[in-house]
Amino acid sequence: MNIDRKITDDLVANDISFVTTVPCKQLAGVIDEIDRRDEIFHIPSNKEDEGMGLCAGAFMGGKRPAIIMQNTALGVTLNTLATLIQYYRMPLPMLISYRGELREPVACQVEMALHTKALLAQLNIPTYHFHKRADVDEFDMILKHTFMCNKPVAILTDANFWGGYGDQ
Amino acid sequence: MIRSEILKEIAPILRDQLVVCNIGIPSQELHAIDDQPSNFYMLGTMGLASSIGFGLALAQPKPVIVIDGDGSVLTNLGTLPTIANNVTDNYILLIIDNGSYGSTGDQPTYAGMKTKLEAVATACGCENVVTCQAAETGKALQAALNSKKMTIIVSKCESGNAKMPVITMDPVVIRDRFMKVVVA
Repeated sequence: MNIDRKITDDLVANDISFVTTVPCKQLAGVIDEIDRRDEIFHIPSNKEDEGMGLCAGAFMGGKRPAIIMQNTALGVTLNTLATLIQYYRMPLPMLISYRGELREPVACQVEMALHTKALLAQLNIPTYHFHKRADVDEFDMILKHTFMCNKPVAILTDANFWGGYGDQ
Repeated sequence: MIRSEILKEIAPILRDQLVVCNIGIPSQELHAIDDQPSNFYMLGTMGLASSIGFGLALAQPKPVIVIDGDGSVLTNLGTLPTIANNVTDNYILLIIDNGSYGSTGDQPTYAGMKTKLEAVATACGCENVVTCQAAETGKALQAALNSKKMTIIVSKCESGNAKMPVITMDPVVIRDRFMKVVVA
């Protein structure tokens, strides 16, 4: 199973046609796959809160959006999550690379990993953690859940899920 | 002229368009001058008016006018390269540049000093950047709508706010009535 393709297939199957990204090494494959699909309009953002603004607008314009980002940026999105996405009750799947978890080679990445789940819990954001490859089977259900409840939902994807960093 | 006077003057142009309005006093002023379901008022999230409006413009074909401020654009300066590189001709960004953070007590912004947002927008790759004085804003806005080209307008005005009530409408109501106009 190709994880990048499976994730993109699930996005397309759930009619998600507007995706914004801020890149992460672990997300490079899925971003490439999204770029190959005509069904998805991909717009890179310079910052994650900007990306959430784009997603909010796209949702009000009738599209189903998603954001792909790294957990280290969660801090800069807290106000946007609280005062835009949650306050106006908008759905937003957030596919997040969970840097700083097992198999992480860069020590500094661990610092935000320590806070990631606590921050998401503090905001009452439904959070799923993909640690093994088979966990991706739930992605389709999570997307359906997100658009059923009109909430931001976090899918944390760690290095073990993606198969390490290529040199391990 | 201050921002509220510009808003009063352009209200007849805005009335028939989808408008995304900046947080704080600008939204309060627009709401008090001419509340319309086609106005999306930001109640929080400083800086994101241009991004919300841009996502909206990319997602559907109707024209979208964003009323932003110099302070808010400075907060989200990364928005300008994103806009420049993903041109959609139904998008107009109107930056009301009064050189100050109006909602927080008129503290000066860098746009009121050395930084020129029109030059920043051009440097970011925006192609139709129009600078005008406050009194010319309506004319510039109507010209941008008529041109059917993505346009950034920087309208230079004086610092100051009109005293208007806080918006008490529920955010979900603002969003819901706005989305009904989008699909109408």
